[in-house]
Amino acid sequence: MNRRSILKATGTITAAAAAVAAFPRLVFAAYSEKAFKNPKVEDSLNELFGANATTPSGDVKLKAPDIAENGAVVPIEVTTSMKADKIAFMVKENPNPLAIVAEIPEGTEATVKTRVRMGKTTQVTAVVSSNGKLYTASKEVKVTIGGCGG
Amino acid sequence: MSSIRIKAKERKGSVNVKTLMKHNMETGLRKDKSGKKIPEHWITDVTAESGGKVVFTAAFNTSISKDPYLAFAFAGKKGDSLTISWKDNTGATDSAETVIK
Amino acid sequence: MKKIISHVAFGLLGLSVSAAVVAGPAEDRAAFQKFYENRFPDTPVADFQNGVYSILPAAREQWEAIEEFPPYELSIERGEEIYNKTFANGKSMASCFGDDGAVRGQYPYWDRDRGMVVTMELAINECLEANGEKPLKYKKGAIADVGAFMSFNSRGQKVNVEIPSDDPRALAAYENGKEHFYTKRGQLNFACADCHMYTAGNLYRADTTSPAFGHATSWPVFRSKWQSMGTLHRRFAGCHNNIRANPYKAQGEEYRNLEYFVTYMSNDLEYNGPAARK
Repeated sequence: MNRRSILKATGTITAAAAAVAAFPRLVFAAYSEKAFKNPKVEDSLNELFGANATTPSGDVKLKAPDIAENGAVVPIEVTTSMKADKIAFMVKENPNPLAIVAEIPEGTEATVKTRVRMGKTTQVTAVVSSNGKLYTASKEVKVTIGGCGG
Repeated sequence: MSSIRIKAKERKGSVNVKTLMKHNMETGLRKDKSGKKIPEHWITDVTAESGGKVVFTAAFNTSISKDPYLAFAFAGKKGDSLTISWKDNTGATDSAETVIK
Repeated sequence: MKKIISHVAFGLLGLSVSAAVVAGPAEDRAAFQKFYENRFPDTPVADFQNGVYSILPAAREQWEAIEEFPPYELSIERGEEIYNKTFANGKSMASCFGDDGAVRGQYPYWDRDRGMVVTMELAINECLEANGEKPLKYKKGAIADVGAFMSFNSRGQKVNVEIPSDDPRALAAYENGKEHFYTKRGQLNFACADCHMYTAGNLYRADTTSPAFGHATSWPVFRSKWQSMGTLHRRFAGCHNNIRANPYKAQGEEYRNLEYFVTYMSNDLEYNGPAARK
């Protein structure tokens, strides 16, 4: 393998000027200030889904560390075998708990991974909207101040 | 050069996508050396398109880590193209295209 | 006393030193490695190059998640640009280190002419200065980016630090590094060995200390704590600050000798930098 170009192998073709001009046709619809700039979990859910009644479900698989190595970069994963149209992730103790909302079109798997900031030890909840209902899985993530950081 | 790096591999009809987007994702809580708050500046929306349709979208809060990472999967095939784009709260946008391996 | 014996032994007896006479670096290393194998019997030897992740399964999971698309990849890209940038005189770093800069395995080494340990970062700046370019700062930024590029291309090279037996000054540098490793210092009165050897794997507040065996293989490192790339000497200084000891100068003699010792101790492991760490 030609090491020098290994990054080119994972790299990309930068969008040409023509594609840039075509941006408006791409769908940037998901972010809403009301849902995201909201300190209350229930209100965020209402804004997103028009409802905030949730049911815990074993079909919502939430992967997050028990003890975060670093609160600035906490890897999380949400997966479900249910037919989901949206997946949301909330960090209860953050000033605005809603961290991400993913929309899952037909043909796309109901799974998302990302890295999240957590200010302190907190409960985290994955919310899956499926067939008009909201299903959740939660756990606690401990966020500590390390002793040897420097 | 685009801020977006994409790894997209197809296996048995499922395209696994990993993407890393270079962006500071300022929360608005950080202070600079003079004690002034650095204003919030973060990617609010990400969209992925392939084969002429949207295959994934996500909206972010400032609580997504610096240099945001996203992984997702959709039905697709090797050789197809995949475009990932983002928009941030200042209205800036960026986009990158790759070929699924 | 031991130092004099070492000098005499290496000077007069040549390469082979009877183990009964003096314990030299090779014996030190065997004992060092054995210590960690005994302390962490479930860790395969080669895995020690992954630092604390070789001994902490919960942390390893998070590290593996980060490795799916590690932040240091952005650093490697920047490093590649720096590496290929043409100097004012028309040359580039490739003129010093070859097309892909895959030279990590050649450092640190004992420079006979100048009687000093030469590290990769030092060599990078010497290349720049020899070509009329400004040298880089040693702890972060461009030096870490270009180091990431060169280390990435060198992945898999074996750690193979040599201590030439016919130059007693090399052994003295090794011994100086070794002494540093085992000497208590700072307000907290810790030696490197205290945290990274005798109590490696223990919790200090919320951090688990990593084994020193395997420490030197993965630099430069993207540390979550720094949210940036940093060199080994950046971490040496940071560690010294943590135990409230005065840090030494990056790429000064003390840290280069320490790097010489610590890297020699990891001989036969593989270079696996750049890496992501907590």
